[in-house]
Formats: sequence, C-alpha cells, structure tokens
Amino acid sequence: MKTDIILAGVGGQGILTIAAAIGFASLYEKKFVKQAEVHGMSQRGGAVQSHLRISDGPVSSDLIPLGHADLILSVEPMEALRYLPYLTRQGWVVTNSVPFENISDYPSINRIEQELKALPFSIWINADQIARDCQSPKSSNIVMLGAASAYLGLGFDSLRAGVEQVFKRKGSEITDANIRALEAGRNCSLKI
Amino acid sequence: MQQLVLLGAESIAQGALDSGISGVYAYPGTPSTEITEYIQKSRLTKEKGIHSAWSANEKTAMEAALGMSYSGKRAIVCMKHVGLNVAADGFINAAITGCCGGLIVVVADDPSMHSSQNEQDSRFYADFALLPVLEPTNQQEAYDMVFAGFDLSEKFGLPVMMRITTRLSHSRASVTTRSMMDQNTLKLPEDPQQFILLPSIARKRYKRLLGIQADLAAESENSVFNQYFSGTDNSLGIITCGIAFNYLQENYPSGIPYHVLKISQYPAPLDQVRKLTENCNSILVLEEGYPLLEKGLKGLLNNTSIPIKGRLDGTVPRDGELTPDIVAIALGLEVNPGPDIPDFLASRPPSMCKGCGHIDTYLALIEALKPFGTGRTFSDIGCYTLGALPPFEAVNSCVDMGASITMAKGAADAGLVPSVAVIGDSTFTHSGMTGLLDAVNENSSITVIISDNETTGMTGGQTSSAFGRLENICLGLGVLPEHLRLIYPFKKNHDANVLTITEELNYSGVSVVISRRECIQTAVKHKKDQKS
Repeated sequence: MKTDIILAGVGGQGILTIAAAIGFASLYEKKFVKQAEVHGMSQRGGAVQSHLRISDGPVSSDLIPLGHADLILSVEPMEALRYLPYLTRQGWVVTNSVPFENISDYPSINRIEQELKALPFSIWINADQIARDCQSPKSSNIVMLGAASAYLGLGFDSLRAGVEQVFKRKGSEITDANIRALEAGRNCSLKI
Repeated sequence: MQQLVLLGAESIAQGALDSGISGVYAYPGTPSTEITEYIQKSRLTKEKGIHSAWSANEKTAMEAALGMSYSGKRAIVCMKHVGLNVAADGFINAAITGCCGGLIVVVADDPSMHSSQNEQDSRFYADFALLPVLEPTNQQEAYDMVFAGFDLSEKFGLPVMMRITTRLSHSRASVTTRSMMDQNTLKLPEDPQQFILLPSIARKRYKRLLGIQADLAAESENSVFNQYFSGTDNSLGIITCGIAFNYLQENYPSGIPYHVLKISQYPAPLDQVRKLTENCNSILVLEEGYPLLEKGLKGLLNNTSIPIKGRLDGTVPRDGELTPDIVAIALGLEVNPGPDIPDFLASRPPSMCKGCGHIDTYLALIEALKPFGTGRTFSDIGCYTLGALPPFEAVNSCVDMGASITMAKGAADAGLVPSVAVIGDSTFTHSGMTGLLDAVNENSSITVIISDNETTGMTGGQTSSAFGRLENICLGLGVLPEHLRLIYPFKKNHDANVLTITEELNYSGVSVVISRRECIQTAVKHKKDQKS
C-alpha cells in the first residue's frame, strides 16, 4: 500500500503543518515516509507545495512522478489546479474554496470551481467557514486535513494523534481547537 | 539509538552532533540554513558547549572552522553553493594546509535555482581543490556520511566536502541515529609549519596532497557508499550520482534490468567505472548538477569505444534538477501525466510581505529618483531583491552578495551620477563593507540605501551581524556624519523620507541612508515569544 500526496497552497498557509501531522500519523502506523518541502524565497507569498509519500515499504524518490498522486490536498482553490499533471486517473482533489488573492490577475473563482468540479473525484469545501464555526478560525489548514482524511490511507485515530503531536508544544487550548477543526473537516467531507 | 524524522539538512546536523563536533560555522543560505539552525536549537549544543553562532559570511566561517580543526577538534562549516565562491580562498588553501581535527565542508547546491542566482555544481570545486566528496542519496546516508566523513578527514588530514542538493536538504525521512561520540581534546598540530603556506612550505604540502590522491581513489573503490549492481541486460550501464539513484529506482519498482554504478564518494571509483564500461554496450550518466563525470568519461576528443549518454548529448536536459520523470524519459520509459493545467491559471511569484519596510523604502526611493531617471539602482541578495518585480520594478541588478555597492561605484566612475545601491543590513556586513571603503577612499558619487530590517530575513530571520552596529561601521569606514542619514520607512514618513533621499542623491560624494524597520516576520515572532 502506497499513498502519494501533493499538498498545495501559498507560502504561510500552513501546509507544512499538515505535512508534519500526516508524517507523525504515518510513523504511528510504522509506515515509511518521505516528504519534500519548499523553503526559502518561494515561501514569501508564493505558490508552495509539498510532496508526501507514505508506503508500507521503503520510498525511493523524494518527488512524486507525474500522474502518480493519489490525492491533491490544497488549502487554496487555484493552487489545487497547478499540480493536476501529478494526479492519477483515480486520484482525488480536496480543496478549500476560499481564494488567497495576492496577485492582480487572479482568475474568476467560478472558472476554478467549474474546472475542479469537472474532475471525476473532487471535494470543494469552505474550510475558513468551517474553522470559524468550530471556534478555531486559524485552523482552516487542519479542517482541510480532516476533509481529506478518508483518502490518506491512514487511520483517523493516528491522524488525531499526529495533530496532537504537532500542537502539543502550544498548549491544550490550541491543541483542542485543532482537533475540533480536524473532526469538523472530516464530518463535512463525509456528508458530501 | 533513536529513530527520528529529519530533513536531509537536519540529518547532517544530527550526524555532526553525534560524531562529536565542537563547532558549526555558517552564514545562512537556502538550502543549507537548516543544518546550523538545528544545531543551534539542540539541547546538546548548550550542554556540550558546541559553537553554533552565525558567522559574518562564508569565508569567515570556513576559516574559523579551519582554526578549530587546527586545534585538534572536529568542525563542520555549512553554506549554499554560491557561498562556496565567497569561501573559496579558504577552501582551496585548506586542501594545501590539510587539517588536524576532522573538518567537513557541507555545501548545498540548488539545481533549478529555487532560491539562487545560478546552479553551479560544487563537486567541481572539490575536484579543483583535489579533495574527496561525499554525496548522500538519502537522509540516512547523509547522517551516516558525517561519521565516515570525519574518519576520512582525520585519516588523511584533509577537509572533506559533503555535497547535497535542494531536494535532499528539504526532504524529510526517518533516520536511525547512533550513540554520541565524545569531542576531541585540544591539541596543537604535530608539524608546527603545517599551516604556514609560505611558498617553500606550500610546495611541499601541495606535493603531499598530490601524493595521497591515489589513496583517496582507493578509499572510493572500497567505500560502502559506492555500489555496483549487476544487471541482466548489457545494452546499457547506468552511473548515478547522489539522489539520481532514487529516481532510477523509482522507475523500476520491481528491479533495474541494467548494470548500475551508484557513486556517492569521489574521486570516482575508476575500477568500477571501467568494469561498467566493459560489461555494457553504452553508458547513461545521471548526475544531479553539471555533467562532471560525463565530461570526464567522454574526454576532450569524445572518442570513447562505447556511446556515453547524459546531459551533454541531450538525453538529459543540460540544465535544471533531475526528477523521476526526466529520468524516465532518458530511459525511454513512458510518462503519463494527469490532467493539463488550465490555461487561465495565473502564476504566483514570491512577493514582499504586507507591512514590509522594504516596500516603503522603495516607494520613497522611486519618487526621489524621478528627476534623475531610472536605470541607476543596483541591488543585492535578500527579500528586497523582490523590488525588481512589479509593481515596483525599482532595481536594475542582483548579482552576488555585496555587488550593489561596488557596481554602483563602478557605474559612478563611468559617469552614471548619482548611482544608487540598495543592500540589506546582513548582506552589508557579509560583503558590503569593503566595497563601501573603496567608495569612501575615492569619494565616489553613490548613495547607499541600507534597508535595515534588523535580521537576515530571506532565510527565515537569523541574527544579523549588523544589528546595532550599522552607524558605527559606516562612520568607522569614513562615511561623513552629515551624509549618514537614518530614516524610518513608514507610510506617514513618506514625504520626509523622499526629501532625505533626494538631498543625498544631490550630494556628490558617498552617502549612506539607513532605512530601519524590523522585519514583519521577526516582529511577529518576537511578539509571540514575549507572550509565551
């Protein structure tokens, strides 16, 4: 069993936090993991992505080959489209619907929505709203992780433990808020 | 023994801690920064008194590490590829002096220029300096190689280069650690003249360096990091360097049919290369970087008995990093990408943060320069280089650390008056000070804007050597007090700032305008730290 995941977003939106939580969860399940990140210049408001590979056996390449990703998990709608060539035919795209508009030529959100909904397997949710609704407004990234949790090939308990591991340094209040966000995201995607 | 999930950079840092270093020396630079940061944050660093403060630049770092090695202790020095240009004088000559305590020079190359101005391949420097290179394939090997590197360094009394690239440095995987070694004890060199490179001694030291090349080659032949895998298909032999091996494996999940030579230690193991060429009808060289081995294999006359394929004949693109897909295409395998990217997708380049002081500095400079015309602003390496992009388009150069001041001086010498330099505080103390001294000595008509965000911003907010010292440094170098101006780049100060810059643009001589406002990212971090 092997799951290849592209995490997408804009620098500062918290995709490395998602990656860290999935990484911990994979270790609890004694899986092999490789996770390539983007550091440096591109982090300043630019498009960023992380390649995350989880497997029962050793992983060779740090990068996912084109056409191999089982999941594109994006915290920003346009960024989800940027990595489509990595997606397998049976792959899922799970994306936040709230745009991050820091460029002047941001395309029409309707076109982006149409494009994503035309894919065979996609989930489009307003993670910012769900995060606010569960009193954890800064956790839209973790809402997205919850929304994608069914497609990661990992148990939800492991994922919850992964999120706890990531936030435990910041105290129980922040940890609890993120667990709420994780569960809210999960529930929302199950309803779709 | 512990199992940790570490970035490639962090694996090297953990390896260095566990193999008993007494110090790390470095200047921040993507993709090498995380090595030093990891050591700085480690509990062991404090407990064991390991040196980990940032150096002013890569040259001072290289030389300080050599001094630690002189004293018998183990040191690593870390930099990005272009940092090795700055440290090159020390690096090349450290090959001649040799070292005492183990000395590893970690250089992180950035093929595809994710965060750099070129994609130079540091293995050429090691080849030139006649030093061995270790090039890990994965995070575990990166960790293990630090131990092997120190052993090699102390066995031959030579610095060892460890070369990584962006993808390994910034990729995480599980690493099994070993128990921690003790630090070396303080000990003077056995030969008191070893480090005195007067010509008469340097000639002897150089002969020694030449003399041990055969031994270094023998080490490579027997290295556990270099491996020959026999295949069933003789039509092709493949040489991989560094992480290229992973991409090759990725393309053959059920086993590689060809003979493969995985090279992770240089000088290249020539017996094994010979064996590969004898067993196969053609050779494909997969190198993450420039075609170093491929060029060597082909030779000047390109008259090898079997075809050599790689970056030079177009089988692999001449530039850019490797990917599993590029390797697949080079092997004639099919690549099946998913859906196309819609054509309406906009690109999202990096940009300066909202509330960044560089922005207000540029807005004031652009307005002050209106009467003089554009095309006269030389910039440097940092977040403020993003001022080259719309909507600012405020600068006309970005070449290397410190080049803003010296290029402005040269342009002023040529008659482009006034010429302006825009440089960050950390870049200024890295390599700008000497250029400013040149300008002061000739009273060149330049206006230097030091955009002082009180940190090394681009690489994530490391301590700036310039912090709290800029005014005194400039005055000490001979800038006149009346032409050393301080402004605060906020919207409300815009008109006053334009006026100050205009006054200095009109002065024919050296002016320095320090534009000071804390980096928005470090300001947020400081606020958080205060809260907790």
